[in-house]
Amino acid sequence: MTLFTSSPWPWYIAGPLIGLFVPALLVLGNAVFGVSSSLRHTCAAVLPNTSKYLDYDWKNRGLWNLLFVSGILIGGFLAVHWSAPHDIAISAATRADLVRLGIHDFSGLAPREIFQWSALFSVRGFVCVVVGGFLVGFGTAYAGGCTSGHAISGLANLQLPSLIAVIGFFAGGLLATFLLLPLLR
Amino acid sequence: MPNDTNSKHPAPNQTPLALLLYLLLGIVFGIVLVKSEVLSWFRIQEMFRFESPRMYEIIASAVCVAAASVALIKWLHIPTITGEPIVIRPRTLGNGVRYLVGGSIFGVGWALTGACPGPLFALVGAGTTVMIAAIVSALAGTWAYGLARTAVPELMQRLSSEPAETESQG
Repeated sequence: MTLFTSSPWPWYIAGPLIGLFVPALLVLGNAVFGVSSSLRHTCAAVLPNTSKYLDYDWKNRGLWNLLFVSGILIGGFLAVHWSAPHDIAISAATRADLVRLGIHDFSGLAPREIFQWSALFSVRGFVCVVVGGFLVGFGTAYAGGCTSGHAISGLANLQLPSLIAVIGFFAGGLLATFLLLPLLR
Repeated sequence: MPNDTNSKHPAPNQTPLALLLYLLLGIVFGIVLVKSEVLSWFRIQEMFRFESPRMYEIIASAVCVAAASVALIKWLHIPTITGEPIVIRPRTLGNGVRYLVGGSIFGVGWALTGACPGPLFALVGAGTTVMIAAIVSALAGTWAYGLARTAVPELMQRLSSEPAETESQG
């Protein structure tokens, strides 16, 4: 159990474990590893018939996905409550960069200066949480997948569209990191 | 279902036992997201700043293991646990615009929130409850995409280069 209590897991444990979800879901029942479709299924369940995009049998295609995502939430809870809290040991260079961006609290999984409810009323908190969340939902719907669906499942199946999507992920991510975040400090 | 996500792809196995196993797999995935720290905004910043190989090592080894598994499944014609043939539908390339533009829009959101969809849910479980607001916002984004396709179908069709009938999402 030292593996379970120690944090973080080394990359050569974490990476291959993540990769194994692709065959596990396929063998369990032709389910394609991908999380962003849960957003579409939820919209189809809550706001059906508001567009053709959401007009389909979400239960038949997506119930498994919604349960998988519910599991992710439970897993996040269990992992945090079973291990001692610790700071994320990021590199000194990143830490220095983030201090320059006005971030000083390095405890926890995400900087509390941005990711807490009261920070939603600051420009930086609103842009990072609300605008960022909207772009995640719009972008994954438009691109037809996220990190799991394109970067893992798609690349593993040697799909050129997924490679293009991953290039897009990094183009957008670099833009936000080096142009947007400095404006928000 | 004329507008189902994909009529050619077999419906996933959704027997009660299978659904329970998806839930259990999700729990394991949530634990992996926390213990690997890939759900951390700090790690995502480190990745986009190219200041540590860690995230790249994780993604690359995940893709290698997944690719080897998929190759093995195809080569040995491994069926599902209920004996169905495993079918992995290829992506439709079209003009590719949706992947590059949609991917870039998602990329901006990924860097801002420091989380892709899986980590958003894991973070809520892990106690960063403000990510509930990010998830609601993400749902609004997905809903808005559906509206945009309805409102400007010709433009979205050209930019999506894929008819609604074959729309799929991973």
